[in-house]
Amino acid sequence: MTHDVAIVAFAQTDHRRRSDDLSEVEMLMPVLHEVLAHTGLKTGDIGFTCSGSSDYLAGRAFSFTMALDGVGAWPPISESHVEMDGAWALYEAWVKILTGEADTALVYSYGKSSPGQVRDVLTRQLDPYYLAPLWPDSVALAALQAQALIDAGSVDEPELAAVAARNRDDARTNPHAQLSGSVPQGEYIVQPLRAGDCSPIGDGAAAVILAAGDRARDLCERPAWIRGMDHRIEAHSLGVRDLTDSPSTRLAAQRAGVFERPVDTAELHAPFSSQEVVLRRALDLDDSVRVNPSGGALAANPVMATGLVRLGEAAARIHRGESDRALAHATSGPCLQQNLVAVLEGEDRA
Amino acid sequence: MPDTARGKEPVAVVGVGQTKHVAARRDVSIAGLVREAARRALDDAELTWADIDAVVIGKAPDFFEGVMMPELYLADALGAVGKPMLRVHTAGSVGGSTALVASNLVASRVHGTVLTLAFEKQSESNAMWGLSLPVPFQQPLLAGAGGFFAPHVRAYMRRTGAPDTVGSLVAYKDRRNALKNPYAHLHEHDITLEKVQASPMLWDPIRYSETCPSSDGACAMILTDRAGASRAPNAPAWVHGGAMRSEPTMFAGKDFVSPQAGKDCAADVYRQAGVTDPRREIDAVEMYVPFSWYEPMWLENLGFAAEGEGWKLTESGVTELDGDLPVNPSGGVLSTNPIGASGMIRFAEAALQVRGRAGEHQVEGARRALGHAYGGGSQFFSMWLVGAEPPRT
Repeated sequence: MTHDVAIVAFAQTDHRRRSDDLSEVEMLMPVLHEVLAHTGLKTGDIGFTCSGSSDYLAGRAFSFTMALDGVGAWPPISESHVEMDGAWALYEAWVKILTGEADTALVYSYGKSSPGQVRDVLTRQLDPYYLAPLWPDSVALAALQAQALIDAGSVDEPELAAVAARNRDDARTNPHAQLSGSVPQGEYIVQPLRAGDCSPIGDGAAAVILAAGDRARDLCERPAWIRGMDHRIEAHSLGVRDLTDSPSTRLAAQRAGVFERPVDTAELHAPFSSQEVVLRRALDLDDSVRVNPSGGALAANPVMATGLVRLGEAAARIHRGESDRALAHATSGPCLQQNLVAVLEGEDRA
Repeated sequence: MPDTARGKEPVAVVGVGQTKHVAARRDVSIAGLVREAARRALDDAELTWADIDAVVIGKAPDFFEGVMMPELYLADALGAVGKPMLRVHTAGSVGGSTALVASNLVASRVHGTVLTLAFEKQSESNAMWGLSLPVPFQQPLLAGAGGFFAPHVRAYMRRTGAPDTVGSLVAYKDRRNALKNPYAHLHEHDITLEKVQASPMLWDPIRYSETCPSSDGACAMILTDRAGASRAPNAPAWVHGGAMRSEPTMFAGKDFVSPQAGKDCAADVYRQAGVTDPRREIDAVEMYVPFSWYEPMWLENLGFAAEGEGWKLTESGVTELDGDLPVNPSGGVLSTNPIGASGMIRFAEAALQVRGRAGEHQVEGARRALGHAYGGGSQFFSMWLVGAEPPRT
């Protein structure tokens, strides 16, 4: 048995404002085909499959059951699902491989935000007795966090605008991005957040393949080895949290081994420009680290897949030889309540 | 990093907690409900919240309570703040899958001691219509789960020639077993076979008394490694095998009466546990039977009976509490169905049996027990086999 598990392949859709012409399965299938094609594996060759999605986003119970049809689960497969971002599906698959019960895993996730009002939908994930009845939407909650940062003197509005501009500028080289280039900051949505500070609303899907040890080396020229991965959750109520900090991100990073050696790349799941500020501080990232070369969540935010895309983008940079040691981060819940951090490394090149 | 070079870490169940399952727990919030079960599991293990390294939580669809990803709001109630928290959702099999994900965290040595919990507060909604959302271009679940499963029961009867009395025998048995289980939802003290048979036909051939109730409830377990087990105050149950299998919802080759995924899942568990003759080597079964006819169907699917013979085991009394292969000594899903928790209750009840802590519904001398769950259109399966002895490694 081996400790070594790597991301060996990654695929994602083009992220779009709407995809009325596609069901979730239809949106997902090309991504599944593509990621399998990268490795030459077929569904039947995969040791474990795990997905992440949300019934509330899909607007129906057991929405993930249909996605399984797209995988082609016949003969029957060893499979599981988390009602979370796909980054946590990847975590479950990683653990499964660590037990030695599988040596490859297919992980996928998808989300269509376009059929509903995602700002309203996300209010349903708040405390159902005290908070959800007030319908505070995701932008309003993030604005509280942004204002707390400004009040603490950590950032000002022009700096937030610069974060947004840098992400979208980087997204110019990302053919899958929904927003790229010179995107106007626009009007306030909820002060102090302007349209440009917020991730776009869109539909998309992503998939990765994990493999252990020599299997990974066979499937990928330069595997992105998962050197550590951890996730932590914080209290739900915003009133008991310091919104200018992310202790769960810092703890997860510590456990994942981030601080043992510098990283050269970080893919951060920050759906708001202000959240990148919080995450950079929690992770001690200075200007030497390339943050969100893909454009991050500000360039494309397929809810439930955005975190998995961060892991995939970080791995893809290692595959391409553009990074040797990368950090990938995913978040869930209001104002960065839950955070996952992984460290990915490429082996030294001869 | 976890040390997997030494093979898998053995996993022990050292704590089990359930709520008293009822139609509506109006006295507690969702958080209060889950905390009650978790607290009881911790008490059983004589551990505190601080001893828990991670939390793995499961439930069936979020629409049942109207809370999207409720684990976020439940982090505080389950002592998860500052810890990892994973949320599993695999339809009706979720309670079992959740326990298996937690078990893997220990087996891989990522964590030493894990709290796993599953719940449903069905009184917050209406399960039948929650399962009947119309979806374009595909067959809806036809007025709840019963509407979906009734034709497959009918197919089983036609295929095996089972007499139409078998379903009522199962319901009569499970409801009597439930009387011995203080946590069971339905306690029908005046139950008789005649009453079951005289109950209204809901989805032919499924009668009212052959269906599960809608329950509020939660179930929790504490899973730990070898070191944790050695400190446990009560006898642990050891995980000898666990597996999940899935197949597509609908396709021409699917056998709805005895799905291949169920057969494969059981075979994998038996292989891991070194079981070659489940009928003789397993002492008790907690099987996911939401409609009574699924007992004989799953007896065949799980390899306890040859194809077409499952109903004969049931009819001959083998699956009674004092029979040779007791099935659902707890009263089963037929007596208690908080959907998201039902699978974990099966897993937990199997653990209680081999720990000798099942109380009045204890199967005497149970050394190995199977916990079984399924979900979706009979497409998701999760199972584990637990034993009184540690697994041979």
